[in-house]
Amino acid sequence: MKKNSIAPGVLAFAYLYSTVSVAAESRFNPDISLTLDGRYGSYSNTSDYELPGFMLGGEASRGEQGFHLGHTELSMSSNIDDMFFGKFTTAIAEHEGETEVELEEVYVETLALGNGFTARAGRFYSDIGYLNNQHNHSWDFTDEPLIYRGLFGNQLIDDGLQVSWLVPTETYFKVGLEATRGARFPAGGAANEGNGAYAMFAKFGGDVGLSNAWQLGFSHWRADIENRASGTHAHEAGAVETPNYSGESTVNGVDFIWKWSPNGNNREQNLKIQAEYFVRDEDGQVELVGSDPLESTTYQGEQSGWYLQSVYQFIPRWRVGYRYDQLDSDNKGSDSDVLVEAGLDNEGHKPERSTLMLDYSYSEYSRFRLQLSKDDSYEDSDNLVFLQYIVTLGAHGAHRF
Amino acid sequence: MRKGFSFFTATFLFSFASPLLATINVFACEPEWSALVDELGGERISSYSATTAFQDPHHIEARPSLIAKIRRADLVVCSGAELEVGWLPVLLRQAANTNIMPGKMGYFEAAAQVERLDIPEKTDRSLGDVHASGNPHVHLDPRRIKIIAEALFNRLSILDPQGAEFYQQRFDDFNQRWQLAIEQWQLQARELKGQRIVVHHRDWVYLFDWLGIEIAAALEPKPGLPASPGHISLLTKTLTAEPAKMIVHTPYQSTRAAKRLSQMRNIPVVELPYTVGGTEQVKDLFDLFTVTIEKLKAALI
Repeated sequence: MKKNSIAPGVLAFAYLYSTVSVAAESRFNPDISLTLDGRYGSYSNTSDYELPGFMLGGEASRGEQGFHLGHTELSMSSNIDDMFFGKFTTAIAEHEGETEVELEEVYVETLALGNGFTARAGRFYSDIGYLNNQHNHSWDFTDEPLIYRGLFGNQLIDDGLQVSWLVPTETYFKVGLEATRGARFPAGGAANEGNGAYAMFAKFGGDVGLSNAWQLGFSHWRADIENRASGTHAHEAGAVETPNYSGESTVNGVDFIWKWSPNGNNREQNLKIQAEYFVRDEDGQVELVGSDPLESTTYQGEQSGWYLQSVYQFIPRWRVGYRYDQLDSDNKGSDSDVLVEAGLDNEGHKPERSTLMLDYSYSEYSRFRLQLSKDDSYEDSDNLVFLQYIVTLGAHGAHRF
Repeated sequence: MRKGFSFFTATFLFSFASPLLATINVFACEPEWSALVDELGGERISSYSATTAFQDPHHIEARPSLIAKIRRADLVVCSGAELEVGWLPVLLRQAANTNIMPGKMGYFEAAAQVERLDIPEKTDRSLGDVHASGNPHVHLDPRRIKIIAEALFNRLSILDPQGAEFYQQRFDDFNQRWQLAIEQWQLQARELKGQRIVVHHRDWVYLFDWLGIEIAAALEPKPGLPASPGHISLLTKTLTAEPAKMIVHTPYQSTRAAKRLSQMRNIPVVELPYTVGGTEQVKDLFDLFTVTIEKLKAALI
């Protein structure tokens, strides 16, 4: 051993020649992962799906019947250099017999702004809520909560910029702002020269003892909307009418997650309780494009909903879960007939759904799931059964909270 | 160790970290590394371990509390070699703390400092949770700890040049005591040499390599996969042909499979501390090896 202390500069030089990271040795290729999702769906109801009081758009639907593939997802991500990280995710899916390639997340993120600041640019899932920024394969249920389906067309994704700051506090505290294009559902029209939508979020979190961890989040989203189209419907006379909304839209939300595992060791047993609530206010004009003469109405709407779910891993590999969803709406306008045609009349019905889930994960990379729901989205009660496998090939996934 | 705090304090306490002393905040992924940093850094550092001996370091989630901790760290000390692949990269990206990014002085991987065992000839997920860069559980060989300690004390001296002399003294002192302890442990563990032991997971490769113990079998059919009844009955047959002395596991592993095999083969199950805090007696790295060897020897009789 060298007894005399060495100048730090010499040490720093010597350090450059020592191994920095084992993992980095042979890893100039990006992390590549492919997620395969196969399903079998069964419904007792054959009538068209609707969510009274909500104008559906995006990918909102009940899913398909029989054997079918879910989204096959290919993802690549890597540090670009010591300043930037890049991610690319594409989903290959079949919609009405056509195979479509959808760009999901494509973004560049800073690594080294420092002081807790991170900036991200590109297309990304908004950080509002808890489930929204997760790819649906990592969700605990096969389908999305009804409120995500009703407000966001399953998930809020947009092109733009996000800046977040992790505050240097003892308790986890993160705030962020997003400015996005606002061309995709539930915005529309890319108002203000393609600066149509904004989001804000704040997240808090911590541990309670060794066995519990929690996170609480608040979200806000707003958009100027120009001609947001939602589901078309055909009349007996043959005319196809598309409800179109223009105006202001504001969403506020709160989410809460509590996780428990004995001594914080989630390998054998763990419990997760999760709830989210969103409320949307809209004020503008609805037109039925395709109607002759053009029918329109003023529209002031409020739609809200929440879900509460709990998933329990009782022995390694096996989990059971229960989820309850409920929605409500209160929409007003000058012409109630047009509101009805646009799907904005809630028909005096409060959509709700109860879902049971059982899944088995052979390893971290393969999961098999059975899900049963009693779905009262609309007045005809529906019983849904899903069988699903989700497997991941390639890079090790992240253990996110 | 993590401190528990009440829910409401946790929610509303946004106390900005105000370093009263110019201490170095060290975020260790596992308790063995926070213990080593304590040995080398004394009162000039303040260490925090992200996990305890009762948590499987492969299976940690990037919890909010960990993100908040790593955000304020000056130095991250982890096993590396993909042990924390599921959560450390997420923490690092979320924290946006430039001091501790891989390649920076504030990022230290223990496994990268030493020669690793179990480097697979091929990596295929059908082989289970294998690590391309070798077995990451390097802390169970005190000879490797010694090498890691030297690299770590050098790193502390770079990060805190005013303390260079202090760290040198602490390292010299630790190194001397450690060398003596190694010789003593080797003496005490002579009778363990050549013994065959069943392990739960290949956490013990470095310990057994040091003491000349042979791994008779693993309860996990493939690394990372839970033991199945089929695999246990297969092991029973294997062990009839070539018996083993005992079954060892860590505090965070389930004892179900071990107990079943123990009944079938009539050999004891031994819970070893695995890391600092694994049993009440194990308060530092010296205790870790002393207690481990005592427990192994006690089970031989």
